[in-house]
Amino acid sequence: MAQTIGEVSSFRDTYLKAYRGMLLARVLDDKFASLYRTGKIAGGVFLGRGQEAFSVAAGLNLRQGDIFAPLIRDAAGRLAFGETIFDAIRTYLGSAAGPMRGRDGNVHRGNPRAGYLPMVSHLGAMVSVVNGALLAHRFKKIKGTVGVACLGDGATSTGAFHEGLNQAAIEKLPLVLMVANNQYAYSTPTSRQFACEDLVDRAVGYGVQGHSFDGNDLTACLKIVGEAIESARRGNGPQLIVGRLLRLCGHGEHDDSNYIDPLLRTVGYGRDCLKLAEEHLLKEDWADQTLLDAWRNECVHEIEEALATVRREAGPDPYSEDWSALSSRHLIEGQNQ
Amino acid sequence: MSITYLEAIRAAQAKALADDPRVFIYGQDVGAFGGAFKATKNLAREYPGRVLDSPISEDAMVGAAIGAAIGGMRPIVEMQYADFSLPGFNQIVNNAAAFYWRTNVPCPITIRLPSGGIAGGGPYHSQSLEAIYAHYPGLVVMTPATVEDAYSMLLEAVAIDDPVIFCEHKHLYNHLKAEHLPTEAMPTGKARIARPGRDMTIVAYSAMVHDALAVAEELATEGMEVEVVDLRSVKPLDTDTVMASVARTGRLLCVGEAWPWGGVTAEVIARVATEGFGLLDAPPQRLNAKDTPVPYHPSLWAVHRPTTQSIAIAARNLIRL
Ligand SMILES: Cc1ncc(C[n+]2csc(CCOP(=O)(O)OP(=O)(O)O)c2C)c(N)n1
Repeated sequence: MAQTIGEVSSFRDTYLKAYRGMLLARVLDDKFASLYRTGKIAGGVFLGRGQEAFSVAAGLNLRQGDIFAPLIRDAAGRLAFGETIFDAIRTYLGSAAGPMRGRDGNVHRGNPRAGYLPMVSHLGAMVSVVNGALLAHRFKKIKGTVGVACLGDGATSTGAFHEGLNQAAIEKLPLVLMVANNQYAYSTPTSRQFACEDLVDRAVGYGVQGHSFDGNDLTACLKIVGEAIESARRGNGPQLIVGRLLRLCGHGEHDDSNYIDPLLRTVGYGRDCLKLAEEHLLKEDWADQTLLDAWRNECVHEIEEALATVRREAGPDPYSEDWSALSSRHLIEGQNQ
Repeated sequence: MSITYLEAIRAAQAKALADDPRVFIYGQDVGAFGGAFKATKNLAREYPGRVLDSPISEDAMVGAAIGAAIGGMRPIVEMQYADFSLPGFNQIVNNAAAFYWRTNVPCPITIRLPSGGIAGGGPYHSQSLEAIYAHYPGLVVMTPATVEDAYSMLLEAVAIDDPVIFCEHKHLYNHLKAEHLPTEAMPTGKARIARPGRDMTIVAYSAMVHDALAVAEELATEGMEVEVVDLRSVKPLDTDTVMASVARTGRLLCVGEAWPWGGVTAEVIARVATEGFGLLDAPPQRLNAKDTPVPYHPSLWAVHRPTTQSIAIAARNLIRL
């Protein structure tokens, strides 16, 4: 493992960091799936299996001050952006100590003051919200920040996606739109979602830079997502990134995904990005199997400990909840009477 | 000096821009052109870079306002007509309205809706949408009826930390004048007794306040003293003032320019019937627009919404009950 060239050694470090982030997200997702199956989670569980490489590249390339609007399959990106395992578990379990205090749950979590925007369910809606946060930076003369909004292929059919991308292009905002083309939107294949060859073709129509690649390949993800984010940071305007990959699970844990064409699992982007990254680590001799096993055990241990803590935390108390949706106390009906 | 309702809205925006560097205005044609109704006339010149033309993307306009508000700004979004806020409805009700409750982080945005009917407006340039926005928790819905309220309530809308739907009435823009702008204002959330009376109460808001006042004048010549309550904001709705008025008069007619089904008048009547049944000497009545899209021809339009004639008829009938 000669480390003579600085760049090689730092790419190795980045790769290792990214792999460990992917692994943590995968183990955490697996834990959520098992909690769901044992009835410990209210509502749905949505996993990012097969999308960790693409997602982690977003989180890792962002810095403090940047804006991040992840979606349901972005556990890896969320953790890489700085979300704690605790906050992820707290939101799924509805802990009052979590960022959403039991008022919103599962993947609808964030910390807006830290630039981590909590998604609403309505697909595409967060794109223009990221634009607005970037506009605020422009007004406040904060330079060198970027915003990443994550979408699936299905979400690119919404009006909100088109309005948001166009808006960012007009304002030349440093928006990076990361589209994980995982071949299905719930059960709907891409052939029923769009008629252009590649979603990256949309970039030309809006006058933005486009990037399309195999979103399964961690090296490609780190390189291309990193470059696109840098390009936006340097003032080159919005970037549209399309990663080709396959959702290796159902839409949610309730979905057996038997509609997924088995042939897709035999093509390059149908393989598991985590496995591919492991093969790469072993081939480059950046890690051996013992080390990989040790890392996985660390993840399991860390998550079990956090879970044990969160399970002791109280849920929200419906009788002390103030049940008011306004922050202007004097405008809450019945409050000042 | 005399100032119109529209000029008051412009003056409030100018003051908000002058007083607070976090304020900016975003909407179609609001920049150099000054807005479709000229509510932002000269503001782009006076506050360069802070009055931005938006693409015709109501969803993205509101989304960007939300993002900017989270980022510490105080955006004012001008919808060209209230009717066109509907493509932005999702962002307003599912994102802005829910934001504070979900996250504990306020979302201070103001969305201006040029509302209500003008002759020739037709089905898509005349709607009054206050009831559908009031239906959603997390929004304040203001419906100013006077020049003074248009000014002071818009300033309050920008100042408070919650999303505000500011329903300004197009018919009042140039019809209504005041001598000067207020330095002190009645707070949002308090209804105003626009005219005291002892025989019956008419509750109204926005442009209908003026029709109700005209009817009160007319009925006074027939010996009936009608009290007119101007709600000023429909959310919060000042039930106390309405109830106190009904306690004095024993009779209630609620008038709204919007459609009847599940609207503001329905809410007022429901509250009075459930909380103040014993105060009533007659069944509470309401008068709304017809339950059809808003018609184009001025003579159809004039009758589609409540008029001084239809309000007067309803009032006389109620007094006789
Ligand atoms: C506007 C809107 N319509 C419908 C839904 C219901 N829905 C939730 S996820 C989903 C599929 C999303 O597919 P895609 O955007 O490709 O993301 P993926 O789940 O594949 O990651 C649908 C239809 C929604 N959340 N928002």
